[in-house]
Amino acid sequence: MDYSQFLALKQEIGLLIVFLLVFLYDTFCSPRSAKAVPMIATVLMGVLVAWGFCPVVKAPETAFAGMYVTSPVMVAIKNILNVGVFIVLIQSVKWANSEFTAVRRGEFYELILLTLLGMYLMISSRHFLMFIIGLETASLPLCALVAFDKHRYESHEAAIKYVLTAVFSSAILLMGLSFVYGLAGTLYYNGIAGALAGRMGVMLSVALAFVMAGFGFKLSLVPFHLWTADVYQGAPTSVTSYLSVISKGSAAFAFLVVLTQVFGQFYAQAWEWMLYALIILTITVGNLFAIRQTNMKRFLAFSSISQAGYIMLAIIGDNDMGVSALMFYTLVYVFSNLAAFGVIGAIENATGKVDMTDYNGLYKTNPRLSFTMMLAMFSLAGIPPFAGFFSKFFVFTAALNGTASAALYVLVLIALINTIISLYYYLLVVKAMFINESDSPIATFRSACSERLGMWICVAGIIGLGIVSYFYDYLLTVVA
Amino acid sequence: MDITIPILILAIPLFMFLLLGLAGVKMSHKLAGTLGTLGMGTVLVLSYYTAFTYYFSGNPEFIDGTTRLQAVIFNHTWLQFTPALAIRIGFLLDPISAMMLIVIPTISFMVHVYSLGYMHGEKGFQRYYAFLSLFSFSMLGLVVATNIFQMYIFWELVGASSFLLIGFFYTLPSAVSACKKAFIVTRFADLGFLIGILVLSYFTHHLDFLPMTQNPQAVLASFEGVTFLGASGLTWALVLIFTGGMGKSAMLPLHIWLPDAMEGPTPVSALIHAATMVVAGVYLVARLFPLYMLEDAALMFITVVGAATAFYAAMVACAQIDIKRILAFSTISQIAFMMVSLGVASKNNVAIHEGLGYMASMFHLFTHAMFKALLFLGAGSLIHAVHSNNYTAMGGLRKYMPITHITFLIGCLAIAGIWPFAGFFSKDEILSACFANGTFWGIWMMMVAAMTAFYMFRMYFLVFWWDNPDYEKEHHGHLPHDPGFAMTFPLIFLGIVSIIAGFIPFGQLVTFDGHEYHIHIDWSIAGLSMGVAILSIAFSAWLYMKKNDKPQRMADSCRWLWTAANRRFYWDEIYLFITRRIIFDGICKPIAWFDRHIIDGTMDGFAYVTNKASYAIRGFQSGKVQMYIWWYLIGAVVLGIITAICVL
Repeated sequence: MDYSQFLALKQEIGLLIVFLLVFLYDTFCSPRSAKAVPMIATVLMGVLVAWGFCPVVKAPETAFAGMYVTSPVMVAIKNILNVGVFIVLIQSVKWANSEFTAVRRGEFYELILLTLLGMYLMISSRHFLMFIIGLETASLPLCALVAFDKHRYESHEAAIKYVLTAVFSSAILLMGLSFVYGLAGTLYYNGIAGALAGRMGVMLSVALAFVMAGFGFKLSLVPFHLWTADVYQGAPTSVTSYLSVISKGSAAFAFLVVLTQVFGQFYAQAWEWMLYALIILTITVGNLFAIRQTNMKRFLAFSSISQAGYIMLAIIGDNDMGVSALMFYTLVYVFSNLAAFGVIGAIENATGKVDMTDYNGLYKTNPRLSFTMMLAMFSLAGIPPFAGFFSKFFVFTAALNGTASAALYVLVLIALINTIISLYYYLLVVKAMFINESDSPIATFRSACSERLGMWICVAGIIGLGIVSYFYDYLLTVVA
Repeated sequence: MDITIPILILAIPLFMFLLLGLAGVKMSHKLAGTLGTLGMGTVLVLSYYTAFTYYFSGNPEFIDGTTRLQAVIFNHTWLQFTPALAIRIGFLLDPISAMMLIVIPTISFMVHVYSLGYMHGEKGFQRYYAFLSLFSFSMLGLVVATNIFQMYIFWELVGASSFLLIGFFYTLPSAVSACKKAFIVTRFADLGFLIGILVLSYFTHHLDFLPMTQNPQAVLASFEGVTFLGASGLTWALVLIFTGGMGKSAMLPLHIWLPDAMEGPTPVSALIHAATMVVAGVYLVARLFPLYMLEDAALMFITVVGAATAFYAAMVACAQIDIKRILAFSTISQIAFMMVSLGVASKNNVAIHEGLGYMASMFHLFTHAMFKALLFLGAGSLIHAVHSNNYTAMGGLRKYMPITHITFLIGCLAIAGIWPFAGFFSKDEILSACFANGTFWGIWMMMVAAMTAFYMFRMYFLVFWWDNPDYEKEHHGHLPHDPGFAMTFPLIFLGIVSIIAGFIPFGQLVTFDGHEYHIHIDWSIAGLSMGVAILSIAFSAWLYMKKNDKPQRMADSCRWLWTAANRRFYWDEIYLFITRRIIFDGICKPIAWFDRHIIDGTMDGFAYVTNKASYAIRGFQSGKVQMYIWWYLIGAVVLGIITAICVL
């Protein structure tokens, strides 16, 4: 066996080392010094982020007989996920050290790092067996994370719903994959693509539909999204933010890889139309539900559903620009959504309030938090000059890049109309904070140092990505 | 010339604006006032240095033998859109901009000093000084503009700072409506200016002044064969650009904002609405004068507008009660003098050199700035003393306020054109230029000059002579008195300038083509105009020196005329009628109805449908996990069916 191939797994190995260090420290340290676990995990994650920016991968490298592949694009998307996880970890320090969580704070960090490892594998795999391992590594710990607040009823409910749906969707996905295996006789991506070339049949379309349904669960595309709102609401806020950003970003990228590399041949006939229907449904239904929400976490759940629809627009164009647009969208989404969750988490930690009506008059008492939230909402809604405008713009451009049919123009038009609807509910939050009066507004409080640091990073990202073109240019060069 | 000083001239007022505007609230009144005044004092020194270097250094950059040159000190490309279209910010030194570099800082500095006393203790004192700095910055940037677009930018900035200063007492409804009126009217006029700029640059392909003015024939060639509604394209461009000047310089029919602008603090009126901003229109025409010379139609338009305005404003000024309003109309009338002077300076005018009108106009701009600022500051001193703008509350003040009285008298003599005061020299040149162009214009303007002398002395006598009201009773034992040194110093300084400014050898410094122009006073015209002026003064002395009922009887004998002049010939009513009845009711209301019912209705319809749809599908999210899985399965199967249909 050629052990040098392990060198291709630099990022996975780095993450594994971080995980082991945290795990060993958490297991063997004295109860008194356990308080340092969040700090250590966050700092190590920061080191990993910094390390990820040292470019080591110049050309695609493979390992394990082609089951694993890494390339500059993979490194870039993993770095984006790293940044997201880093922010989530920073924002969770206070929560992890709080009274009810303190006993099991170590698990939180270990599980998060493990799921990230699973996502890495999911992204890098070129073989469905590897892919399933990655997917399950990413999914199962999440169930435990959702149930993390075990004394809270909602957390149980969320976890059981998540487990049941996740298991069901895994079953459907595996069933689809076994059809594929039966038809192609191999599980290598390029092998399948080669074996299925020119063969179209009912079985294959059913297989494709089931695979898409499996991804639809991870990405919470309508109608596979129904778990999302309950789980987001019930899970601890740190876990929700992780679920909404990191899990979704990695799944979107893996989806892109599977669709273009495995089912690429089908493009014109099959998955374009499926995706077409899914995008319209997802964006519209997500928006229509988001309008009526009063719980902030539930509100962001539906917002993230419709955002997932926008991400899919980058895939439907099936071109290089789509890849960079997807990565840029994920990066921007990391900052925007984590800024929103950062504010929600800070307020929840300080006062326990998560209702939109509680936010009335927030500007008077906590102007900086309100300002951060406003930026996040503007970015999510896509108001220039903030980053969200450009990420949406690039996604739309990617969808229409190349040989765009009239149907795609209609699709982009529908997406644009939906941005207007989304503007309504994003601005509802801003209105609540800045305009609505309240007899008992949330009292002025000073959020923890870690929370503020996380929000500062997000705000810098929202503004910086909006006015500096460097990052997008970099992603374009990486893809090309 | 080194670029440091020109940059500082612009940078210091801007910095002062930012400093006082942002940090002013934390400062004491005294500190803010001192800082603002010191900043302006520095600008004054630097501008004088620059202007004197330009006129007297003999530097080959500025003068070639006896010809004064136009020198671009710097010209920074700010925005480059296309190779041809670039917006530059620069600093142009030529005879007229160097002259304005003396006028603006002088008046501005005097106003800064004066305001230390006049605005003492007012709320928002720091803000006031910040705005003064902003205005000075904008006005200086306007006069040194190297291209028409820079001029337009600063043109709007002076408009904005004028708006801010007129509305300085923003708790007074009259001030608020006055500042809105000023802004809207001038903005409306600037629309014409902008269109003019666009037309001009569309054909010439650039915005810079120098290539246009140094080679006007090329501009004419670029408009070759372009006509619109019977006038040449260049005439249209120039007339449209002049429209902007009409707005800023309060020419008929866009003059309505200036009298109301007197709601601002009096020193502001002296600075902006008498000496500097309102002459921007004259300056604009002078700046582009080589182009105007090509088009007689445009010059004729300017002459007619100017002559009509001069006469109209003089008529109205005779029937006003508020002393600041009288001064405002006198300003309108005097600016119209400058416009007429430019208008009659046509090259077809064989009787006399075409540079005369141009030189006279600039000369009058200079002297008028000095004595009109003096008059306004004197009026401020009066208002400060008796707490009223109306002459009916004044009278006999010469005994109580000697300094104000003497300086005010100097101002009145200067504006009336009595030798040896400044106005005599400049007005004489203007009348000479008018007579050279045509006897009609000469007689017309001389008549206006006579009216000027009359209404100015009418005010003078009514304020300082006439009756002697019982001030002790009206002011609770306080007698009116001269203000403190901060306010009397500018009066004395400007008074001295108003006496001696006429002897400046203006023809050697500021001329149309850079060549020296020998001023020779035409005593036949000068003597005539001075005689007329003295007669007018004597007439007003006969009417107003002592309290009597002659003015009342005169007004009664011609009641309709007096009322009409007092009501400013109903221009405001006409405007209100047009805007309210025709534009608002006739055009805007139907559009508003359409907007409210059809467009908003459609939008409301969309929102209604969205809301209903959102309500209708709420059952989808049932909260039951078995339902979730059912939906999941249905979704997967439907997807499969779609694919199967597509594939097969």
